[in-house]
Amino acid sequence: MKRFLLFLPLLVALVLGVVLFAGIGKDPTKLESALIGKPVPEFTLADLHNPSATLDRSLFRGEVSLLNVWGTWCPSCRDEHDDLMWLANEEGINIIGLNYKDKRDDALVWLDRLGDPYRATIYDPKGTLGFDLGVYGAPETFVIDAEGVVRYRHVGVVNPEVWEKTLLPVIEEARGNS
Amino acid sequence: MMRLVLATLFILTAGLTQADVAAVYDFDTREQEVRYQNLIAELRCPKCQNQNIADSNAPISQDMRNEVYEMMQAGASNEEIVDALVARFGEFVRYKPELDSRTFLLWATPAIAVFGGLLVVAGVVIRSRRVERQAAGLSAEERARAEQILKGQDGTSER
Repeated sequence: MKRFLLFLPLLVALVLGVVLFAGIGKDPTKLESALIGKPVPEFTLADLHNPSATLDRSLFRGEVSLLNVWGTWCPSCRDEHDDLMWLANEEGINIIGLNYKDKRDDALVWLDRLGDPYRATIYDPKGTLGFDLGVYGAPETFVIDAEGVVRYRHVGVVNPEVWEKTLLPVIEEARGNS
Repeated sequence: MMRLVLATLFILTAGLTQADVAAVYDFDTREQEVRYQNLIAELRCPKCQNQNIADSNAPISQDMRNEVYEMMQAGASNEEIVDALVARFGEFVRYKPELDSRTFLLWATPAIAVFGGLLVVAGVVIRSRRVERQAAGLSAEERARAEQILKGQDGTSER
């Protein structure tokens, strides 16, 4: 009994070590979305390219898609733009854009100059859909399955590494199940 | 001259520190305003993670304060307001998380630590008592010998 007590500090240190080690390397600024497993919130917003047309969540039905939240005011969005172009053109990924708290003219110039990787772009100047999606910092990229249900949310830029290690597996799983 | 330039600079820039004023909301009653202040003080900003939305100047905090205000004006209860924000941003935005299976340890750790401490103290006390009692228990033979020693008639003594 006494000898067991001698090992108690070691035991406590080991347990603490395991708990703390689990936290190492986790980025606390990347939060899991509260919407995972839930349908995309309802919305009716204008099409960026066509002010008189409205888009709603039926946009996400029928095919697994990425919902990319961006704005011309966001430097990291510029950073990931080329990779989004690559995903759309080379990998054939269905990407929907959410132009978040931006000006239409600026956004159109941006897409004109850099290319348009989006099948459709939702224009959300007040950030209402962004707020309902829990967007707290662009760029954010959601994986939406063919039923319109949110499967995953990535905060930060999409690059080939994020694509291969994180997004592609989620997309493949979403495709497999639907 | 240098001093004059510096003083002028200070005076000119003094206003900048107060330039960043957040949107001001109007309330009908003082109670409502207090309620609003309490609510935004216990909601956490998802962007600037160690600030509540009352302190933070991030655009997202502005949006969240706005939502709190709008929902209050629409007659929502505190619980409804917090739940609406948690549904969007996750449990993270609560500074006071709900008690459920995931947060049970978080809430229970202080109680467990106190209880564990009490157990250790109790263990130490019980053990020391037992040792005392054992020390007190001499056999009849030992007692007789001890008395002899005390009387100074110990045969084995060197003297």
